Amino acid sequence: MHEQVVIGIGNELRGDDAAGLQVARLLRGVLPPEVPVVENGGDPAELIEAWTGAGLAIVIDTVLSGAPPGTVRRCTVLGPAASSRGAHQTAPALRHGSSHALGIADAVALGRILRRLPRELALYTVEGADFGLGAPVTPAVKHAVGKLAETVADLVRPERAR
Amino acid sequence: MTHKSIRIGALARVEGEGSLLVRARDGRVTDVELNIYEPPRFFEALLRGRAHTEPPDITARICGICPVAYQMSACQAIESACGAEVTGPLRDLRLLLYYGEWIESHALHIHLLHAPDFLGYDSGVAMAADHRPVLERGLALKKAGNELVAALGGRAIHPVNVRVGGFYRVPARTELAPVAERLRHARDQALATVEWVAGFDFPDVEHDYRFLALSHPAEYAILSGSISVSDGTAFAASDWPAHIVEEQVPRSTALHARLDGSTGYLVGALARYALNAHLLSPLARSAASDAGLGPVCRNPFRSIVVRAVEILHACDEALRIIEDYTEPDAPSVPVEPRPGVGHGVSEAPRGTLYHRYRIDDTGLIAEADIVPPTSQNQARIEMDLRHLVEPRLDLPRGELAALCERTVRNHDPCISCSAHFLDLRLDR
Repeated sequence: MHEQVVIGIGNELRGDDAAGLQVARLLRGVLPPEVPVVENGGDPAELIEAWTGAGLAIVIDTVLSGAPPGTVRRCTVLGPAASSRGAHQTAPALRHGSSHALGIADAVALGRILRRLPRELALYTVEGADFGLGAPVTPAVKHAVGKLAETVADLVRPERAR
Repeated sequence: MTHKSIRIGALARVEGEGSLLVRARDGRVTDVELNIYEPPRFFEALLRGRAHTEPPDITARICGICPVAYQMSACQAIESACGAEVTGPLRDLRLLLYYGEWIESHALHIHLLHAPDFLGYDSGVAMAADHRPVLERGLALKKAGNELVAALGGRAIHPVNVRVGGFYRVPARTELAPVAERLRHARDQALATVEWVAGFDFPDVEHDYRFLALSHPAEYAILSGSISVSDGTAFAASDWPAHIVEEQVPRSTALHARLDGSTGYLVGALARYALNAHLLSPLARSAASDAGLGPVCRNPFRSIVVRAVEILHACDEALRIIEDYTEPDAPSVPVEPRPGVGHGVSEAPRGTLYHRYRIDDTGLIAEADIVPPTSQNQARIEMDLRHLVEPRLDLPRGELAALCERTVRNHDPCISCSAHFLDLRLDR
């Protein structure tokens, strides 16, 4: 059981889809040791497992929404700052397609039913451009990854981590 | 002339993406086309020029659900090309890792993807609201599988501890004790799962399947063996190219496989059970019998029961391996590259997975060939659809479309492995 957890989602062999994983890797060893940094390949059951009991879960994933590549958005899915939609409906940022049978939206919905959600869930999305097999992360996304790692590091407040 | 059409935008609860078109004229199904894009040919190209040590890690990325299957078939293919063999405790650890993946994958498919079909829900999430304890049990089972994979593979998804020749590091006996504790609970949960799914209402459908699965003289084959076919024939992994031929079909970028010239054979849980049920653990065999499975199951809807039995077998066998485990002298055996061709076959949760590599005289991969289970099953899934839909063309559109989706899900297709995207159109 951890007060805070950081979860990066992605596939490192699909170009910009690796952004979430890369943010997680930049934060490993940087964040306080009591804040786990989890890499997730898209398994919703593992997501639920990772954030169960957490006060704040910070989830980072790549999206394709038509915004300029590298655009970072924050969506407070759960918690005091969440929009009224966040409580019972799927936030738009959660509805992006998944290459697997279930996605983040399903994990949130399932976690709600099973009463296994974090108190606060902040989703950071990075707009991707190239999801080709074996493609490198594009420069704009790479830049966003570095900035986002700093943002998340600032967000993980030491007093909450204790 | 009557002409009907039904279109479904996206087929839910399958792994990956593709499309399905069914056409009917005058009460007869004229075409069934399961279309798949992005086959792993790209991965095969990606592998060319790579070191002989790289295929296990690269091919594991083909699928987030069955990476161990890709690692095991890849390792064995490379090892056979290089004249190496992994035996004893190292082979047992590979089996243990693979059982973990079976538990993970089957638990996910049964509880979140397949069971909603039998209980009348649109999704596993909708089902969870009314069946919370069952979903909790499913997730606990999956967690037991994840922990087993993490204990052997370094992490639960896309394990990093597998290498050609064995592992980078092997666990001490004491490290496996907590995993065994979890597995003992999982075994009880697996038995309860068999009893639960056996009570579902199954459509009265049987197909005359031609089954193909790996067979091993002493094991319910998962890791290695020869290839058996339900017509009584068998062949070695190295003879795969002589028996299984892939062909391009115009409508799809994935390949269809033919077995000895015939299309439409079936791999997966039903095939393994039909060919190897006598080698299930006694507990799994007894549970299968109590669940009403005969020696062969030809009803694809009952595949959910077979998968539950396989989870039970995996828990049982994993516990036996942990009990007997002695730490090997070294975490891997040396595998030096040499020019040649190697073949590796194992049983992914969804069926037989074949890899072939040719290593050139510089020690690099010159050719790679991967035949995933779902592309082998594509033609058979189309035949299932044809047989099921034709006598039921008068059903309401929604009901018929739902039946088509269920028919595809019966075979737990991992379209991510063979392709991407599934979207269903019915034209009747």
